[in-house]
Amino acid sequence: MSISVSGINKRFGDFVALDNVSLEVPTGRLTALLGPSGGGKSTLLRIIAGLEFPDTGSVEIEGVQATWLPPQKRSVGFVFQHYAAFKHMTVFKNVAFGLEIRRKPRAEIRQRVMELLELVHLEQFADRLPSQLSGGQRQRMALARALAVQPEVLLLDEPFGALDAQVRKELRDWLRNLHDEMNVTTIFVTHDQEEALEVSDEIVVINGGRIEQVGAPADLYDRPANDFVMKFLGPVTTLDGQLVRPHDIELLAAPGQEAIEATVTRLTRVGFEVRAELRTSKGGSEPWVQLTRIQAQELDLEPGRSVWLRTTHAPKTLAVS
Amino acid sequence: MAPGRRRSGSPLVRWVLRIIAVGYVLGLVALPVGTVVQHTFENGLEPVLESLRNPDFQAAARLGVFVAVISVLINTVFGIGISILIVRYRFPGRRLLNAIIDLPVSISPIVVGIALIFVYGTNGWFGPALNSMGIQIIFATPALVLATVIVALPLVVREVIPVLEEAGTEQDQAAQSLGANGFQRFVRITLPTIRWALAYGVVLSLARSLGEFGAVRVVSGSVAGVSQTPTLFVNDAYQEFGAQAEQDAFTAAFLLMCVAVLFIVVIALLRPKEQNQ
Repeated sequence: MSISVSGINKRFGDFVALDNVSLEVPTGRLTALLGPSGGGKSTLLRIIAGLEFPDTGSVEIEGVQATWLPPQKRSVGFVFQHYAAFKHMTVFKNVAFGLEIRRKPRAEIRQRVMELLELVHLEQFADRLPSQLSGGQRQRMALARALAVQPEVLLLDEPFGALDAQVRKELRDWLRNLHDEMNVTTIFVTHDQEEALEVSDEIVVINGGRIEQVGAPADLYDRPANDFVMKFLGPVTTLDGQLVRPHDIELLAAPGQEAIEATVTRLTRVGFEVRAELRTSKGGSEPWVQLTRIQAQELDLEPGRSVWLRTTHAPKTLAVS
Repeated sequence: MAPGRRRSGSPLVRWVLRIIAVGYVLGLVALPVGTVVQHTFENGLEPVLESLRNPDFQAAARLGVFVAVISVLINTVFGIGISILIVRYRFPGRRLLNAIIDLPVSISPIVVGIALIFVYGTNGWFGPALNSMGIQIIFATPALVLATVIVALPLVVREVIPVLEEAGTEQDQAAQSLGANGFQRFVRITLPTIRWALAYGVVLSLARSLGEFGAVRVVSGSVAGVSQTPTLFVNDAYQEFGAQAEQDAFTAAFLLMCVAVLFIVVIALLRPKEQNQ
C-alpha cells in the first residue's frame, strides 16, 4: 500500500470535514476522490499532502509515518486547481524550483527540466512567464513542476476545474497517458463523475465527510452501494419507487413479459440521444428513458403513444422518497 | 455613451473650472515653492555654498540621513513581518493590530512626541530606569529614530498587505510541497512577490522620515550639531536673526524640496511596475 490513511477526523469550527475516514491507496494506481463540493475530498487530499493536519488519525506514505511531517519532508507532488504558478519566474524556473532547492548540479537541472517540458509539450515556452500561457498550459507546467522532484505520490486538487470543457477533455486523456508512462501513484480530486469514470483505476466516493464506496469505475457504476453513489455516478430515474438508470429501461412496442404499460408524454432530442418522458398507467410514476435515435425511430415514438417498459439486468436501489 | 456626454457643459463653465483648478494649484503649491527657490538664489550661488559649508547644517544633514535610513530599515523589517502576520495568520487581536497600525496617520505627530516623553522622558515610565543604566533616549538620537519610526510605521505595511492578500498562499504551499523551507520560501517566493510594493513603501517612508518635523521637534531638544535634523535646522535658522541665518534656512529648505521631488520621480516610476504585477 502506497498511502494508508486511518481514522482521520477533521473539523473546521463546527463543520465536520472528515468523519473517521480510512483509506488504502495502492502503489502505481490512478485514484479519483469523487464527491460533491464541501464533501471533504479536498481536505483529505490536503491532509495527505501535509498542507492540512488531522485532528485525530494517521497518514502513512510508503510505510513512513507522515501524519505530522510538514509538506517539504514528504515525497509528495501537489497540483492546485488554480495552478499556483510562481508568477515572477519563467516556465523553466518554475519547473526547476524543486531541483534548485535540492541543490542539484546546474547541468542536471537543465537536462531534467527540458525533458519534463518536452513531456508536457511546453519546450518552446521555457522562457515565457506564466502570465503568457493559457490555463491549460499553466496547468501542464504545474504538473511538470510537481513531477520534477520525482515524488512518490502525485496529488491533484481539481486539476482541470478552472479550464474550459474542450481543454479539460484533452488534459484528461493526456493525464491518463502520462500516468501510464510514469506510473507514479496518483490521487486526484474531482466533482465531475465523467472525469472520474473515464480516467481513474479506482474511485473513492466521498460525501458529508465519509467514504460512501471504493471500487473500480465499472463496479461503482453497476453495483452502487447506495442511492447516493448511484445518483452521483450517473443519470437516474424512478420507476415503481425504485431508482433505475434511464438507459436500463427497455421499451417495447407491444405488451411483453413483466412489462408495464405507459404513455409517452414528451420527447426531447439531445445530440445523439433521445429522452422519452413517460407516465405509467398503474401507479402513475413518471420515469424517463434514454434511447438512441435509431431505437426511437424503430419504436416510432411520439407523444401520446402507448409503450410497454421493463427494466433490464440493471442496478437498482430502493428510492428513499 | 452619447458623444455629447464626453464634454458636458458650456465652454464658459469649462474655462472657469480650468482657471479655478490652475489658480488653486498655483496659489497653494507652485507659488510658495517658487518663493523658496527665488529666496535661495536671490544673491547668487555664493551665499548658498556658504550655507552648505555651515558645520551645523552638515551635522543636521548627516543626522537626518542617519535617522531616516535607520527608521526605514526598522520599518521595512517590521513592516514585512507585520504584513505577513496580518495576512497569513488568524489570531485574537488581529483586527485590533490592523487598526493600531493606522493610528500614526491619524494622530498629530506632536502627540506622538509628547507620548514618547511620557514613556522615556526623565520623569516617564522607563526614563529613570534607563537613565540609571546610562542610556539616554529623549533629547538624543534614539528618540529621533523612535519618533520617526512611529510616524512612518503604516507606510510599508499598507503597501505590502494588499499585494500579499492578492497573491494568496497557494504559491507558498506549492513551494512547500516542492521541498522549500520557510526561509527559502520567503526569499524565493514572498520577497519577489512584494518587491515593487515594498520598494514603493520604502521610498514613501524615506520621504516621510526625512520630512518629519512635529514629533521630532518635541523629543529632540534641537541642539545644533547634536540633535538637530534638517527640518529642525530650517526652523531654527529661520527664526534666528541675520541674513546668513535666513539664507541657511532657505538653502536647507531648497535641498529638502529637491529630495522630495526626487522621491516623487522615483515613486512615479515605481507605481506602474507595481500595478503591472
